[in-house]
Amino acid sequence: MLAGEHGPAVELSMRIITELGRIRGAEELVDIESVHIDGCIFYGQAGLDFAQKLVALGGQVKVPTTVNVGSVDLIHPTLILQNNDREKWVYQGGRDLMQAYVDLGCRQTWTCAPYQMDSRPDVGANIAWAESNAIVFANSVLGARTDRYGDFVDIAAAITGKAPRGGLHLDAERHGDVVLDCTSLSPESLALDVTYPVLGYLAGAIAGTTNPVLVGIPSDVSEDSLKAVGAAAASSGGVALFHVVGRTPEAPTLDAALGPHINAPVHHITPQRLNAARQELSTAREDKLDAVSLGTPHASVDEIGEAYDAIIGGPALSDGVAFYISTGRSVFAEADRRGWVKPLEEWGVTFVLDTCTYVTSILRPGTRTVMTNSGKWAHYAPGNMGVDVVLATLGECVESATTGRVTWNRELFT
Amino acid sequence: MTTITGWRVTSGEAEGAVLKLDAPVSFWGGIGPEGDIIDVHHPQHGAVVTGHILVMRSGRGSSSGTYVLAELLRLGIAPAGIILTEPDGIIATGALVAAELYDARMPIVTVSDEDYARIEDGVTVSIEMNGDNALLTIN
Repeated sequence: MLAGEHGPAVELSMRIITELGRIRGAEELVDIESVHIDGCIFYGQAGLDFAQKLVALGGQVKVPTTVNVGSVDLIHPTLILQNNDREKWVYQGGRDLMQAYVDLGCRQTWTCAPYQMDSRPDVGANIAWAESNAIVFANSVLGARTDRYGDFVDIAAAITGKAPRGGLHLDAERHGDVVLDCTSLSPESLALDVTYPVLGYLAGAIAGTTNPVLVGIPSDVSEDSLKAVGAAAASSGGVALFHVVGRTPEAPTLDAALGPHINAPVHHITPQRLNAARQELSTAREDKLDAVSLGTPHASVDEIGEAYDAIIGGPALSDGVAFYISTGRSVFAEADRRGWVKPLEEWGVTFVLDTCTYVTSILRPGTRTVMTNSGKWAHYAPGNMGVDVVLATLGECVESATTGRVTWNRELFT
Repeated sequence: MTTITGWRVTSGEAEGAVLKLDAPVSFWGGIGPEGDIIDVHHPQHGAVVTGHILVMRSGRGSSSGTYVLAELLRLGIAPAGIILTEPDGIIATGALVAAELYDARMPIVTVSDEDYARIEDGVTVSIEMNGDNALLTIN
């Protein structure tokens, strides 16, 4: 492939894959079953130049390939603000970039949660997924094997069907390195939605780029909660794989999760520590609420159902508060089929498809304080969007949205 | 003058003042379009990476960091070079792609923990390559 016998797009892609293999110390390449592309969000000309170069060279994906969110809601394009030159540039560049990935043969999924779609990789399947939350979910919850692929490598892997056999493709790299003992948390705390993004935030801060193992989590904890753990842990640290003993596929027991790392350090996660971490993530100092943002990573069908239950039948949305739920097309279609979308929209929910409120200009100008149930959103939004956040339960988000005042219990965890 | 031998992650030559970070920064969400550290949780929030030899223990954060680095290289406001203690695929890929697209070659090097401790903030470091060896000179 390096010699160019499969065409120049394969040759260029193979050069990147083999060089990355050298850097990672991989002795050979592995055939991969699927790819999830993250390079389709527009952050500047470089990404567009790369994708359009591959298109011009005749590139086509060789394995089933899904695409992450883009910078434009193609279903509701007017949601994306175009008030200034930068926003117009992102809008146009974002559209062109999404088109380039379609031209390369990708499925038009436009979601950061490809694991919420119909076909998911099996335990042990080698895949090349990009986007840190998708990577950590695939490894941890599905038990598939992907290393930390990023923009550009993702499409290079899709075009070649290969990735370096290294990192988290290997058994030896998948054992736990550090234990987070959650057994002192109350059953009430472990039943709260917001516990999990905060746990993930701490897991990332403690584990860095190593593999944390959580002990003391209920064995029936939802996939949505695990999604929140992973997304936050991949934001505050570089976690690409975590284990939950008794819940995730490679952790039937603590011994199995740790493998040879039986002397792994143990950190005790106390309610005080969780409260402190949540307060650290919550930067808001004002009590006037401007917006609520749910669905980072993209909301699942269950999460939209929970929002429906929390909202419908209760008080109206307060004037001046915007309420966003980001999700993927396929989940949105299912929520619509279940009759949840129209009542939520009538109440005042804005559904954001194909993209997300923190990667492109959706929040109204002047938005200062936003509540979210996402640790990832809370971590990145102050830097990305210049807003202040409160990381809260779904219930706190909805209640605050109806009063227009930020209300949250700072000592929630017990 | 001190010399250190590290390992070549990506090719290139550079010289610049060291910006040594107390904690790794994520390029995505951590470094803004002007080359400054915008992560409000980062201890060196506000520092500018442009033209510096960026020294940090490891990479961190979202895989879109690769894109941000390629864009910084396109605009000519990237670090002059990066020194880590472990190879990082996200950062490396940004440099590989910028080399393919723009012929912009930013060296990335890994060094041992001992050598990492010897590289102090503010000193001038030059980087050149000899095969897979990276030769660092601290002035």
